[in-house]
Amino acid sequence: MTLDVEKIRRDFPILSKLVYGKPLVYLDNAATSQKPRQVIQALVDYYEGYNANVHRGVHALSMESTERYEEARRKVAGFIGAPSPENLIFVRNTTEGINLAASSWGAANIGPGDEILVTEMEHHSNLVPWQRLAKAKGARMRFIPVTEEGTLDLSDLDTLLNHRTKLVAMTHMSNVLGAINPVKDIGAKAHAVGARILIDAAQSVPHMPVNVQDLDCDFLAFSSHKMLGPTGIGGLYVRSETLEKMEPFLTGGEMVLEVTYDYATWNDLPMRFEAGTPNIAGSIGLGAAVDYLESLGMEQVHRRERELTAYALDTLKELSEEFNFYGPTDLNARGAIVSFNSPDIHPHDLGTMLDQGGIAIRAGHHCAMPLIRDRLGVAATARASFYIYNTKDEVDLLKAALKDALRYFSKTLAPK
Amino acid sequence: MRDTSFDQLDDLYQEVILDHYRNPRNRGEIPSPHVSARGFNPYCGDEVILALNLDDGRRVDAVAFSGQGCSISQASASILTELVKGKSLAETRRLSQLLRSLIHGDELTDEELDLMGEMEALRGVRRFPIRVKCALLAWATLDDGIEEYEGGQ
Repeated sequence: MTLDVEKIRRDFPILSKLVYGKPLVYLDNAATSQKPRQVIQALVDYYEGYNANVHRGVHALSMESTERYEEARRKVAGFIGAPSPENLIFVRNTTEGINLAASSWGAANIGPGDEILVTEMEHHSNLVPWQRLAKAKGARMRFIPVTEEGTLDLSDLDTLLNHRTKLVAMTHMSNVLGAINPVKDIGAKAHAVGARILIDAAQSVPHMPVNVQDLDCDFLAFSSHKMLGPTGIGGLYVRSETLEKMEPFLTGGEMVLEVTYDYATWNDLPMRFEAGTPNIAGSIGLGAAVDYLESLGMEQVHRRERELTAYALDTLKELSEEFNFYGPTDLNARGAIVSFNSPDIHPHDLGTMLDQGGIAIRAGHHCAMPLIRDRLGVAATARASFYIYNTKDEVDLLKAALKDALRYFSKTLAPK
Repeated sequence: MRDTSFDQLDDLYQEVILDHYRNPRNRGEIPSPHVSARGFNPYCGDEVILALNLDDGRRVDAVAFSGQGCSISQASASILTELVKGKSLAETRRLSQLLRSLIHGDELTDEELDLMGEMEALRGVRRFPIRVKCALLAWATLDDGIEEYEGGQ
């Protein structure tokens, strides 16, 4: 069974929008995805039908919102294969999930001389929290290098991983290179030296089947807005035995059991990590996004995107004299992200030009400055990233627009 | 197939801008300059490094820029280096304000437009709000450099 892309497209109201009078071609899905009406409707239903605070009202609306909120947690936990809904903490986004892990687990378990191993292809969100923690604790950051082709260079992994390694924090899929990393293998080796593994799954959970028990990871963070859901909500999975020992991240209402003027006791899991009124509507919207993705099947989603990526790489190959393309060539090791750069047009200028044709791409450092500058050796790249509603026609439009942009710039930039 | 029309872009990518981008003026460095500053746009990675030397009358005697980025940010820096030569620090500050007024869409007098010279070509940036930072980067960097220099005097 293949996905009916035309039917899918009809579920996304924004895809019929005109930009400068031209149909929108949305190729910035690695930044954020568009939302189907089923998700939008779930938000409307909540606010129109049962808006109330959760976990504390005895009235009908509060009971309904609590039930729907926890139902969303069950759905999302099930989607990533968590053993129990209690393993899933609702956070604002991947960044907050990683910060929660760094503050609650990291601060208590990483000390002077310990090592935190990350990769050179991390998004700032899985780099900066660890840098700060390492500085505060006198720990050392170490890096798994990136090869010329844009995959991880694992040749020194056995030295990089040692008895001082307390944590391996790595991306499942690079938001710049599209590389899908062998997190399960690396995780097994990390566990063998007694380290924990945290997976930044912001780019993988939306696009491929992800199962935390199969990956055998200790932490896994992801964002709703990249997987058809609303902004401002995401999830952090934590393995039970780790979660039970973790101190709270934020404190206040909702996360407590009993409070006196002198002390407080913590609530059960996972509420212990959800201080204050949570993003109720967002969580329910994320639950609707999970329903939508599950109705398609994540295997199908992944297969469809691989097909589109293959088509894109093949189509854009015609421009390989004008553009450098980054990322692995093995389609089994890459997701639907294509980064490129031309010595003749700065990505920023390219982004503006494509925008004139209604084509939305991303231009910049993609929140991975060290990778872009030190490894790819450029200041910025242009990036096209795909999702379930993108088509081969849109890839053709991208190629045509890139050609037009090159022509425009070479015409206007012809040396005098 | 649609045509990708770039008519709208001719305002942004004026001949003058593209010429400065392709053939930047005063690109380089000055050893131990009186005034120096580095500007960086964290959103897109554009970078401009400015260096100025002043003469005895505290007028800009030599100026150079380096860095990397899009056509707008680099052309704007190149135009800056030509404009500020021979100017006092107060006059360069005025130029910086004039550019902001231009991009803001304020009415400018003939005398002001005259002062701006080729910088007027950046007028088109106004219709591309996301690129305003690119156009202003070099000038904001200059403002910072002068402030730091004057603070140290």
